[in-house]
Amino acid sequence: MNAPHDPSSVGAATAQKAQFAEPLRLRGGAELPSYEIAYETYGRLNEARSNAVLVCHALNASHHVAGFYKNEPNNVGWWDNLVGPGKPLDTNRFFVVGSNYIGSCFGSTGPASINPATGKPWGADFPVVTVEDWVEAQRRLADRLGIERFAAVIGGSLGAMQALQWSLSYPDRVHHSIVIAAAAKLTPQNIAFNEVARQAIMTDPDFHGGHYYDKGVVPTRGLRIARMIGHITYISGEAMAEKFGRVLRRGTPGFDFDIDFEVESYLRYQGDKFSTYFDANTYLRITKALDYFDPAADFGGDLTRALARAKAAFLVVSFKSDWRFTPARSREMVRALLDNRRIVSYLELDAPGGHDAFLLEDPRYHAALRSYFANIDL
Amino acid sequence: MRPDQQAIVQWVSKGARVLDLGCGDGALLRSLWQEREAPGYGVEIEDEAVLACVANDVNVLQVDLESGLSLFADGSFDCVILSETLQTIHRTEFLLREMLRVGHEGIVSFPNFGHWNARLQILLGNMPVSETLPYQWYETPNVHHCTITDFEDLCRRLGIRIRERLVLHDGKPVTLMPNLLGSLAVYRCTAG
Repeated sequence: MNAPHDPSSVGAATAQKAQFAEPLRLRGGAELPSYEIAYETYGRLNEARSNAVLVCHALNASHHVAGFYKNEPNNVGWWDNLVGPGKPLDTNRFFVVGSNYIGSCFGSTGPASINPATGKPWGADFPVVTVEDWVEAQRRLADRLGIERFAAVIGGSLGAMQALQWSLSYPDRVHHSIVIAAAAKLTPQNIAFNEVARQAIMTDPDFHGGHYYDKGVVPTRGLRIARMIGHITYISGEAMAEKFGRVLRRGTPGFDFDIDFEVESYLRYQGDKFSTYFDANTYLRITKALDYFDPAADFGGDLTRALARAKAAFLVVSFKSDWRFTPARSREMVRALLDNRRIVSYLELDAPGGHDAFLLEDPRYHAALRSYFANIDL
Repeated sequence: MRPDQQAIVQWVSKGARVLDLGCGDGALLRSLWQEREAPGYGVEIEDEAVLACVANDVNVLQVDLESGLSLFADGSFDCVILSETLQTIHRTEFLLREMLRVGHEGIVSFPNFGHWNARLQILLGNMPVSETLPYQWYETPNVHHCTITDFEDLCRRLGIRIRERLVLHDGKPVTLMPNLLGSLAVYRCTAG
């Protein structure tokens, strides 16, 4: 990696933790007696404290948005192509906060953390958390950092749901909400994918009802399959065809059940990798958070009324090849924002990457974000 | 800005909510905001134009006009603008109806195919190429050319009431024989 010498990199990042002793009441009714949020920051908060941008991450990412770790130079942040000095989200101008969420397995309080009531890991007893809960937890982080109002809250996929929810939970604290590859609620088909992933985990004999930490095992088989299912839905059929075609690893069909096609090899690799670093209990909770997200539910399904609270200016971006969160879902949000006469721009980009296109460096996509950020008044 | 756009800025009332269909780089919307304090949105399909709008700090929505204006509620705009866009649209009648569904009034401008210069070029055996019709036939985005008379006939048939008309050539108003001497037509119209 040449990252350490790259002037457009934020350089070595430091993960920090903020502790909150005050209990957090969750949407599901449970209460977290206290919690920690892992976060990273890049750039400098200006004197007026007007240049903060909150980056919300999606399912399998973390607060490590940009840069690398000194002792792990290959561990580059998940949105490093967007965030850095001179990059579209320019850390010379903005103070960027990457926040992890509660329930995560990357440093914030989650199922693998110690439950103060028992002195043992929470495991299955860790409550189900929602997007609303994450925003509430992050709000306290914003208070702690002295950020009264974010210049922007940005995210893709599940991160975009947080960006939207921020504008609803705290309308006065979000100047711009940038909602990428998202939906205001999942479709039944989308929930179905999540349920298959959860079933894969929960039926793994090593899952032990979620209390596997003290048994010294990890439901890796379930996690692998969950990841494979997810991965299939995150990339477009077109991108998959281009990447793998029908290339046979051994040159000819094996007429057995070893790896024949490249795509099988890729999925197994992704599944294996994921199962070594991701926590099964976290996966269950995050997919539930996705399923439950539906700000219109409290308004009889009327998204227009649900978004009436928002005061932010919005940039909504979708990708035509994204079949997991289709452009039609983004247009629903745009329509509701227009009904409320909100400031909104909408980009529907013909990028080939599928749902994962939000992580990629399509030149139009990045040019749009660059201009959009440049026009944000601080 | 093009001469039709300069006229449009004068027609839009102060503070009106505007929707510019086929807004290009957003220059018209920017002037409407600066000169008329008229907040608005542009609709545009071309990536480059959409990016220019974002750079120009203009609200832009990247959707295809051919599929209608389903993003917009009935009567949600004071004024809907089709500035040199109508001739690029396949579903002409549909879009005109959609325009007057979402807007209280519509402003439509188009290059007049009846201008003498266009007629002459056709008479001499070629598709017209001019300042208002700047494309060769094989590269033009235009699919539905019309003359001033044609447009007014269609409005009559669709029950669209023409409130105001401005015909231009070289940026100057043309009153004498407009369908022959005008190269650009601008209309303000309402439903019925």
